[in-house]
Amino acid sequence: MSVVNLVQILLAAILTNNYILSKFLGICPFLGVSKKLDTAVGMSGAVIFVMMIATAVTWPIQTYLLTPNGLDYLQTIVFILIIAALVQFVEIFLKKYMVSLYNALGVYLPLITTNCAVLGVTVLNIDEGYNFVQSLINSLGSGLGFMLAMVLFAGVRGRLETAKIPKSMQGLPITLVSASLVAISFLGFQGLVDGLFK
Amino acid sequence: MAKQQKSLGQIFTAGIIKENPVLRLVLGTCPTLAVTTMAMNGLGMGAAATVVLVGSNLVISLLRKVIPDKIHIPAYITIIAGFVTLIQMFVKAYAPALDASLGIYLPLIVVNCIILGRAESFASKNGPLASVLDGLGMGIGFTITLILMGGIRELIGNGTIFGLVVNSGSVIPPMLIFILPPGGFFVFGMLVALANKIAVKKGKEPAKLGCGGCPMHDSCSKAAEGGCE
Repeated sequence: MSVVNLVQILLAAILTNNYILSKFLGICPFLGVSKKLDTAVGMSGAVIFVMMIATAVTWPIQTYLLTPNGLDYLQTIVFILIIAALVQFVEIFLKKYMVSLYNALGVYLPLITTNCAVLGVTVLNIDEGYNFVQSLINSLGSGLGFMLAMVLFAGVRGRLETAKIPKSMQGLPITLVSASLVAISFLGFQGLVDGLFK
Repeated sequence: MAKQQKSLGQIFTAGIIKENPVLRLVLGTCPTLAVTTMAMNGLGMGAAATVVLVGSNLVISLLRKVIPDKIHIPAYITIIAGFVTLIQMFVKAYAPALDASLGIYLPLIVVNCIILGRAESFASKNGPLASVLDGLGMGIGFTITLILMGGIRELIGNGTIFGLVVNSGSVIPPMLIFILPPGGFFVFGMLVALANKIAVKKGKEPAKLGCGGCPMHDSCSKAAEGGCE
């Protein structure tokens, strides 16, 4: 495992395999919370936070508890319960000890339990066969990619507010079509990471 | 909601068109966009989600008086995750090709908002028979939408439907972008626009992505303040 390899994983997770725009994980918050820049940043901050902690907890459990005992099939059930419990715990902890952080992220925490991006990243880390450090880097990259897409899209939606839109396209349809255009721009990153480190 | 007054037939058909989970309630958008590169994948995903939906609706409705209110979300998630694990093992054993093409999205049925959403808003308030019919209707509505989207994307992007060659590319070459991620957003946007047009004509509200569809609606402090937006 080299530093180059870690940078490669990080960049791939942010740009080429962007969670929202190429893997379609976490679409609900992407469409729901990206209307304003500050909520977009708050939500993605909470996602990065929970993704990192969830990976740090689920990876050892899968590697040292489930796999050696032949309990791989319990992965889904164990991971989702860990994430649900973790989110609750983080919420209580922040409320008590880190009030300023709680005020910034708190409201988004309950929404994250059912965010497929968090469960997705923990399962993908196992599927890809990453080791502990690689998994953490991949989670960080995925979270940052999530934030990048949310922030970019918040900007796009700001422009939509003042645009003249045909009646049946108003609201959700035009949002989806503009998401499609943002996704096209991310297609441009295809092959970038492999090309950089050849 | 005044759903208790509805007949069983109405409960069943509501999910298919009037309250189509994807196009009207805007739930389960992640799998809708991700797996619909082919009509066949849409069918597989829809069928798997339907089985989970019917099973979890039945169990949750039977246990609705036993589960304490405070821990109902974790309890529901456990029940749903149990069914998803069953389906995962079943698909792995009998349809390995489908397992390969659905990949990560198969375990992610756990966090599919349709399932937790229906558990929360229907199965926890209604009897077992009505809940099963609701799950079946919603599941069929979900499946039909996925097949429709998969069919459109496969036809335009690859020139085939369910693997049968329709457009060999000699006159109009297939537009690859439709099976790439941007095509998913685009086709979904167009379908929602069409559904909105029909709904508005019938005097109903266009589809909205609000807090109503969110399974954490009741426990979310933002919802009381008028939503995340």
